[in-house]
Amino acid sequence: MIAAAPLSLADALRAIADDPFATVIAGGTDLMVQINAGRRPVTSLVSLRNVAELKGWSTESGNLRIGAGCSYSELERPDFAAIMPALAQAARTVGSPQIRNAGTIGGNLATASPAGDTLPVLVALDAQLEIASSSATRSIAISDFLVGPKQTDLRQGELIVAISVPVLRGAQEFLKVGTRNAMVISVASVAVLADLDAQGVRIGLGTVGPTVLRGARAEAWTRSNIDWDSNRVVGNLDEFVALVRSDSHPIDDHRSTKRYRSHAIGICARRALQRVFP
Amino acid sequence: MTAGGLKTRSPRLGESAPRPDGIPKVLGEFAFGNDLWADGMLWGKTLRAPHPSARIVSVDIGPALAIDGVAAVLTAADVAGKKTYGLETPDQPVFASEVVRYMGEPIAVVAADHPETARRAVAAIEVVYELTTPLVDADLAAEGTPIHPDGNVFRHLVIRHGDPTVQGEVIVEGTYEVGMQDQAFMGPESGLAIPDDDGGVELFISTQFLHVDRDQTAACLGLAPEKVRATVAGTGGAFGGREDICLQVHVCMLALHTGRPVKMLYSREESFLGHVHRHPAKLWYRHHAKRDGTLVNVEAKLVFDGGAYASTSSAVLANASCFAGGPYLIPNAFIDGWAVRTNNPPCGAMRGFGAVQTCFAHEAQMDKLAAALGMDAVELRLRNVLKTGDAILTGQVLTGAVPVEEVIRACVESPLPPKATGAMLERPGGAGRTADAHHVRRGVGFAVGFKNLMFSEGFDDYSTARVRLQDGVATVHCACAEVGQGFVTLVQQIAREVLNVDDVIVAPADTSVGSAGSTSASRQTWMSGGAVEGACRMVSEQMERNPGASYYEATFEHHHAPTEQLDENGQGNAHVSFAFVAHRAVVDVDVELGLVKVIEVATAQDVGRVLNPLQALGQIEGGIAQGVGLAVMEEMLVIDGVVRNANFTDYLIPTTLDMPNVLVASLIEQPEPGAPFGAKGIGEPPTISSTAAVAAAIRDATGAPVIRVPVRPEHLVFAADLVS
Repeated sequence: MIAAAPLSLADALRAIADDPFATVIAGGTDLMVQINAGRRPVTSLVSLRNVAELKGWSTESGNLRIGAGCSYSELERPDFAAIMPALAQAARTVGSPQIRNAGTIGGNLATASPAGDTLPVLVALDAQLEIASSSATRSIAISDFLVGPKQTDLRQGELIVAISVPVLRGAQEFLKVGTRNAMVISVASVAVLADLDAQGVRIGLGTVGPTVLRGARAEAWTRSNIDWDSNRVVGNLDEFVALVRSDSHPIDDHRSTKRYRSHAIGICARRALQRVFP
Repeated sequence: MTAGGLKTRSPRLGESAPRPDGIPKVLGEFAFGNDLWADGMLWGKTLRAPHPSARIVSVDIGPALAIDGVAAVLTAADVAGKKTYGLETPDQPVFASEVVRYMGEPIAVVAADHPETARRAVAAIEVVYELTTPLVDADLAAEGTPIHPDGNVFRHLVIRHGDPTVQGEVIVEGTYEVGMQDQAFMGPESGLAIPDDDGGVELFISTQFLHVDRDQTAACLGLAPEKVRATVAGTGGAFGGREDICLQVHVCMLALHTGRPVKMLYSREESFLGHVHRHPAKLWYRHHAKRDGTLVNVEAKLVFDGGAYASTSSAVLANASCFAGGPYLIPNAFIDGWAVRTNNPPCGAMRGFGAVQTCFAHEAQMDKLAAALGMDAVELRLRNVLKTGDAILTGQVLTGAVPVEEVIRACVESPLPPKATGAMLERPGGAGRTADAHHVRRGVGFAVGFKNLMFSEGFDDYSTARVRLQDGVATVHCACAEVGQGFVTLVQQIAREVLNVDDVIVAPADTSVGSAGSTSASRQTWMSGGAVEGACRMVSEQMERNPGASYYEATFEHHHAPTEQLDENGQGNAHVSFAFVAHRAVVDVDVELGLVKVIEVATAQDVGRVLNPLQALGQIEGGIAQGVGLAVMEEMLVIDGVVRNANFTDYLIPTTLDMPNVLVASLIEQPEPGAPFGAKGIGEPPTISSTAAVAAAIRDATGAPVIRVPVRPEHLVFAADLVS
């Protein structure tokens, strides 16, 4: 077993270019489970933990740039939560404190589970991903990046470097249903983010489709059913709930049923909207 | 204290002595079975069938043997002794050779120089299966085509008590279901086998039943029992899941075959597949009562799915049937109990041992009856409580302490918890931030339960202890498996109490002393506690007779009062003693989302005498955690015989946010006649009625029928559909 622990992005990109069979490990919170279960044979590892360019986050001219190596714990902190509360709330719902110390937002993206906890917020924000290889860099919208359940547009030799999202004015909420009160995989999750300057609401829906979905119909409803002078919902919330459900495409699996997921996503979206526009 | 050379007096009985292994465990310094190591050891690994039902056409171990570093690949053909084992009936093959009867059944084992080599070797074994349709519906098992030469019925037990044709003025009927719970102990199965020069083998094993492990292992190895020298390795929990053997024979076979030490350590997935579970059960009940609430008759049909092999299904069913009515005076009853074989995972012992399943049902029935009578549910229970001198469904008259009324009253009279504070984490849904205060309804539920202590039906599950006193230091040698319950603490307390010494060494639990029986059935405080007490008293007598001796030593075998088999009507004095318990659960339910937060479980328990208050609290809190888990989340999902969640990602156990506050309203101390120090076992009662109490509280909060545990959010949200 060869394990590389590069200190710079250039070294990390060179390492994965030199060894096409290398497995990239960030926090390892998904990968190690697979390795330990014998489901993922690994011959060599490139660890991103010490790569300086992946660390930290910053704001600049209305944009928030989050290093792919930011841990969930970092996103939970008050300084980050003040800027992007929904992402802080979503980060808090991930696993245990130990898992949140290890797991990273870049890993959540690369794993691309429909149940990935930060993804509804990032999808709602139309996050742009900075992706680099040893020969090039590119930028891609999250909706193009998440191509299917656990499938992404990340190509051989590429790493996610950072995620850029707009900083919005307005309240935000993230809600997640699971069958345990903590440390549980999502059965349904929703992010509802007010964008007061654009007089709109952004909605991301988790675990109710093959990838994390945008609540487009429900968003359209909010444009005409919120009084943007008083910031109050004036329309019939039952309509909103129905549209959220029509934006969702849940399935039955061993964690829940299609019917319950559809039920729960509507209720959670309604509650989130009511909290955002009390 | 130490400065002056003075010694602190060590805690005696009735005091909260700290565990001698507590600090090492917290610091990660305690050696569990998975930490075992021997120079030059090999690593063992099991090949398991991925199908619940199949014919094995061929097994080719050649590709595995060809891998560099592989020392042995063994199959059924290599079993030198008995090909099968089992606690009650030897019906389970050491390795499946012709037929696979459950998913995860062992086919072969490998020993290799590294765990990864062993894993690759297991993957290289080529097995050709011919799939057959699994029998997965317990209701169809008895009449279905036998899937084992012993047939599909492990036991059919009928209890006819009084006149079961008596009809009540008020009758309530219900059907209930309990899912398959797992013990989910933290320390996975592990063992180290070291071949001896005399052809025998030394086995270090995480277990709860050392001597029977030894006997079963020796029989399958074709060795005399004394050729297998077994020692309990550090054991991280058991809860019944280590009463059967799993890797014991395999690891010894590999050691004897290779002539080298071999270690086996199950992964979490293998642990889920490799040990028995709590029986899923379907339970039909009809309760008959007079208008004033007096119970006159209980009819029930109990179907327990034992899975592919017998394990302890027969004894589990006996408990379920004997205690099927709950701790009430029931003059007439007809209990039709079935434990059947299917192609589901084998089920056996788990904390509460049959009484948990029926408690969920009989307590739901008592609430239903109270509603039909327009009576308070607690009042109905108080009207029917068992008392000393009453007979249970088997006709056995209760002669010991029977404080059912006391546990009920103490529990209901304890103060209710305040309303939720409003903090998001404290609401249903917890960290998921789903709950809004105005969708949350509070519910309160109550349940009472009981079960036997020690083994029943004529079984002489004695225990043995040897005590040596020399230079003021007592050394206690007893094969009682310490699985986390705290016997190591209690041994010291007993020896200090009886011998009036401070220094007590607990020798390793091994087979060089007589059997202590199983660490199960809430029996070790009574049985091995009694053995240690007896040996200490013999040492005391030696000291009185011969004050100047350089050392004293005695061995004592402690037997409980004999019990009888049940007759053809399920009648007989089959049990040694009983313990009673009550739980009151308070839950908050988000009624729109069906999410539950158990706020508090109050309990009162019949304990005889508290020997260590801290450990008693630990047992009560832990047992309630498992009871809450069964009520709201813990279930092995088995679909068409295939286990879908053999991992902690999807087999959910309570976190600290799911664990309610535990309020010990009262520990009822009425010393039990015949029990050493008057103490009853306390390990199982906390799980018996806590599940039923939580289910009742959820019913109270939601109005949903909650006829199945664990309750799932969709069962509450769509309850109206279930009713119609």
